[in-house]
Amino acid sequence: MLWNTILLALRAIRRNMLRSFLTVLGIVIGVTAVITMVTIGRGATVQVQQQIASMGSNMLMLSPGKRLGPGQSSGSAPFKESDADAIAKEISSVTAVAPVSSQSLMAIFGNQNWTTQVTGTNNQYLKVTNRSLKAGREFSDSELRSGAAVCIIGETVRKKLFGGQGGLGGKIRLQKLSCDVIGLLEAKGQSTMGMDQDDIVLIPLSTFQRRISGNQDVGMIQLSVRQGASTEKAQGDIRTLMRERRHLSASEDDNFNVMDMKEIAKMLTGTTQLLTALLSAVAAVSLLVGGIGIMNIMLVSVTERTREIGVRLAIGALEYDVLMQFLVEAVVLSSLGGLIGIALATAGSFFAARLMQVPYIFIPGINVLAFLFSAAIGIIFGFFPAKRAAMLDPIDALRHE
Amino acid sequence: MNTGQRLIEFKEVTKAYGKGTASMQALRGVDLSIDEGEFVAIMGPSGSGKSTCMNILGCLDTPTSGLYSFKGVDVGKLDRRQRALLRRYYQGFVFQGFNLLTRTSAIENVELPLIYRRAPAHQRREDAFKALETVGLKGWESHTPGELSGGQQQRVAIARAIVTKPAVLLADEPTGNLDTARSREIMQLLNTLNSTDGITIIMITHEPDMAAYAKRVIHFRDGLVETDKQNGRAD
Repeated sequence: MLWNTILLALRAIRRNMLRSFLTVLGIVIGVTAVITMVTIGRGATVQVQQQIASMGSNMLMLSPGKRLGPGQSSGSAPFKESDADAIAKEISSVTAVAPVSSQSLMAIFGNQNWTTQVTGTNNQYLKVTNRSLKAGREFSDSELRSGAAVCIIGETVRKKLFGGQGGLGGKIRLQKLSCDVIGLLEAKGQSTMGMDQDDIVLIPLSTFQRRISGNQDVGMIQLSVRQGASTEKAQGDIRTLMRERRHLSASEDDNFNVMDMKEIAKMLTGTTQLLTALLSAVAAVSLLVGGIGIMNIMLVSVTERTREIGVRLAIGALEYDVLMQFLVEAVVLSSLGGLIGIALATAGSFFAARLMQVPYIFIPGINVLAFLFSAAIGIIFGFFPAKRAAMLDPIDALRHE
Repeated sequence: MNTGQRLIEFKEVTKAYGKGTASMQALRGVDLSIDEGEFVAIMGPSGSGKSTCMNILGCLDTPTSGLYSFKGVDVGKLDRRQRALLRRYYQGFVFQGFNLLTRTSAIENVELPLIYRRAPAHQRREDAFKALETVGLKGWESHTPGELSGGQQQRVAIARAIVTKPAVLLADEPTGNLDTARSREIMQLLNTLNSTDGITIIMITHEPDMAAYAKRVIHFRDGLVETDKQNGRAD
């Protein structure tokens, strides 16, 4: 009997194709929007996690200034190279320490130029940031000590200056500094914050200090903690050490900041998830609006078909039969809308993921949920019109023009 | 073909609409009995109570007072659901305006009451085909009402009413929307259904021409039966 009712409902829907389509449009859009949001959100979260894993989740970042948030710092005393040395010496769980100073500069080769991030550091930087060379060599000790004019360049810089291939052994100019390219970095792609990690030129820290910044300051210290060792403990140890070295009394706040990549990871995935949830909630509102649309059309349909209902009641339909007919019609409508929405969302989120360069992840749960939810909308918003139809007095209904 | 079994019995049936001074007395104590196999035409001017009588006969309405028994059952004591079931299993309706489902094929229209009877699909198809054949619409099964003439539509409606093999066929001005030639065809069909298939028919009509096909004619006036005569027509 239920199957018959569903067939009857499909027939009624087919009889009025355009109107049925417009009726479910709200549900279609709602389901599409919710699924797309959740899918893209999941993709973005996974991407953030992958990128952080590739950066090394055991990385700590030490920057001067009070804690304000990533990338922000208020003016307080910068670090010196000796701070990095002290950390390497004192904190046993630290495997690599890289003092880092950087500045945005124009790199010139022949008639090509490209503005990039010039970073003064040491060989430990590669270890800390989980990077490797695809060609050439690292800095030698004497180069690091003497501040030699050598550099290791990222893939983006290499492409911009040298084109398709080559670069190793070339001589590029950074301001007045002319330096030899001794190494090429393996490409790494975009960072979590959307920065191109291959848009970089590494030079020895001493070279940077003498020839570019002109002082002994170190912008920040990046370091990695031994795998398995507690980053929290290392963080605490470093904090104690730095407070001591910066002569802070017990009453003073830190004038530096130790950040754990895990924290950053948590913060970033948290942000992505919150954003996804918010956008999905907005999309879910359109589902509700879609449900009201269905109720509206079902009410119109009941009024229009009053005579039909009268005939049905006269020839032996029970209230229950009429109720079921309209309820099933609403549910079939909204479920069809849900199915169309799922199909559109699958295609839509696949292409959106491509466009936004996040991985496409099919989430079965959200699709099932969206389908059940759209069916539930049909039941909820179809019940009132169906009840109204079922309660009609057959005599009045038959007289209805 | 009067088998003599009492099908319908009205005793002092009244029906009042509204309350107090505004109340309107549609039926003022009607006594009536109809046996199985009869072909009855109900006539009377508008407001005479014939439509009210028909609604009560069809269990769409209940009397204010008096007794209506259908096959010995006191309909006044049935609730809305039981009356719907009574309609489903014992009564067939034909309306003046045909009242077919639009954009739905003739066969599907005829199947409708069987669907409510929960008849199996193949049985439904078979019975619906037979009913359409009985009313002379063999070959028109897949046409929708829009593709059929008024007379054909009324035939579909009659097929829908008789497909369940009801105890009584109630027809409310079945020829009211048809021209004379079509009306005659419909009346001949009803006549055949009554004499050949033994279906009891109760029909409201305005036209004496149509009433002439019935075996018995009841005139209503002012909520009462004015005359109740057997037609002098030989079967």
